[in-house]
Amino acid sequence: MMKLEAIIQPSRFESVKDALHEIGIEGMTVTEVRGHGRQKGHTEVYRGREYTVDLLPKIKLEMVLPDTLVNRVVDTILKSAKTGKIGDGKIFLSRVEEAIRIRNDERGENAL
Amino acid sequence: MKHAAWKCSLLLVFALSPVPLPARQTAPPSATPSSTVSTSSNTAAEISNATNEKLAQLEQRVAAAQSSADNAWMLVSAALVLMMTGPGLALFYGGLVRRKNTLAIMMQSFALMALITVLWAVIGYSLCFGSGMVIGDRFDTGSVIGGFEHAFLRGVGAEPNPDYAGTIPQSTFMIYQLMFAIITPALITGATAERMKFSGTVLFLTLWFLIVYAPLAHMVWGKGGMLNASLGGKFPTLDFAGGTVVHISSGVSALVCALYLGKRTGYPRQPMTPHSLVLSFIGACLLWVGWFGFNAGSALASSPLATSAFVATHFGAAAAALSWSAAEWIRNGRASALGAISGAVAGLVAITPAAGFVGPMSALAIGLFAGALCYWMVIKVKALFGYDDALDAFGVHGAGGTIGALLTGVFAQQAINPIFGSGKAVGGLDGHWGQVGNQLVGVLLAWAIALVGTFVLLKIVDWTTGLRVSEEQEIEGLDITQHGEEAYNLES
Repeated sequence: MMKLEAIIQPSRFESVKDALHEIGIEGMTVTEVRGHGRQKGHTEVYRGREYTVDLLPKIKLEMVLPDTLVNRVVDTILKSAKTGKIGDGKIFLSRVEEAIRIRNDERGENAL
Repeated sequence: MKHAAWKCSLLLVFALSPVPLPARQTAPPSATPSSTVSTSSNTAAEISNATNEKLAQLEQRVAAAQSSADNAWMLVSAALVLMMTGPGLALFYGGLVRRKNTLAIMMQSFALMALITVLWAVIGYSLCFGSGMVIGDRFDTGSVIGGFEHAFLRGVGAEPNPDYAGTIPQSTFMIYQLMFAIITPALITGATAERMKFSGTVLFLTLWFLIVYAPLAHMVWGKGGMLNASLGGKFPTLDFAGGTVVHISSGVSALVCALYLGKRTGYPRQPMTPHSLVLSFIGACLLWVGWFGFNAGSALASSPLATSAFVATHFGAAAAALSWSAAEWIRNGRASALGAISGAVAGLVAITPAAGFVGPMSALAIGLFAGALCYWMVIKVKALFGYDDALDAFGVHGAGGTIGALLTGVFAQQAINPIFGSGKAVGGLDGHWGQVGNQLVGVLLAWAIALVGTFVLLKIVDWTTGLRVSEEQEIEGLDITQHGEEAYNLES
């Protein structure tokens, strides 16, 4: 089982979600985050002072996937989240030790 | 016959409406006819007496109608001015601070609504509008401060006080003036925002009200006050609704407080941007509308002068919003919402002393100038001197009030308000440029009282309750540390 974390542009979120539903992925956790990699922020002016706001809003998607689905999901996200510009985001993959469904104590890939 | 009587009463209403009438308490005595005169003369005399009585009754009813209209408007105005503090100012300031300090700044305005009211009832009204006390049989304080004749509002009731407002109950005048006394100290909280203790705020503003506001209010508006333009003060300063009493006093005091308290932790490097300009926007609009009560209500009657002040107020606000926005657009390439609303407030401040003395075009001019000047104060001068006037209380109220008071001397016209007597020149536009000098006296006196009074009081409060929260408390936020609350519990 792999955990997939994707940080994407908020404007691409709906397309990514739709694309994932189309390939049968329904379980995900979505958080609104702020951050930046190489992308520059924007300047705001308050009372004559300029401030650089360099923490930009992003969407973080998290999901745990059976190994067999990982590549397909990565490709789907890459296709639907890409705009080609700096600030598109990143995908991180990490191994998951165990998954347990709370409702009925199912374990392993059955719990996903 | 009925038609003629109707026309007659209409004529009397128009003839008497611009003049505040003293309330008639008794009907004038009617003449008794002599019994030796012939029958035809008796009838003529009886008719004449009946007509005189009818006219007297009619005059009484007209006066009562005028009083009723005046009182209705004044009560509405009082409500409008209170609204300026709560929620007007509370929202305006509340949106400008960081989220962790929202409740604290709102609480300060609200606390004053309660606190100043009680102080006013007990002693405040008397100190501001009483006639002065005689100390040691020689020294009459009347030019500087009132006395205790109205302590606990003794003598303040349904009877008008003809020195101030002859057509409305003195209670109405009292409650209207109270709303001014509430908002003035509230304005100062803008300079001390995000770092002043609540206990220190309460103590300081209580003392400030008694020692800075009351004398200044008395000098400009009270009987015997040395700056009172309408009651024969020695240096008649034209201040229709409180440019000196409210805005210069609070604005300059705000500056002293900002300097004494010091900068907020992290200022100016760390950005401390408004957490909700939506709240500030709503607050600013409530201030604009409420200001009609503040300025037009200062006519103390439902009269053409109130209309004139209403119009001037609105025009001043609009022109200043435009000039601040224009200045911003030129400098930054964009006009911001915060700039526009700040401009409007600056215009309202500047027109406050002028509202009942200047014409509509003059009001536009005053607004245009004030918007640009206050923009410059807030953008350039503040950065230049480095003081942390957190919410620009000095930049807008202190500066706006000062320029407004001086421009009043320029633009005041007897055609709008013959305050010095019929036919007497009032301001520069009438040729009486000396009035600008009189205005300067009032302005300087207000500055001096505010500067000295505030500094002394800050020292006293510093020794007693303390003024500034600790650095940890400041970083954690005033809402939690001073009030044990959070403004937003969006997850709950």
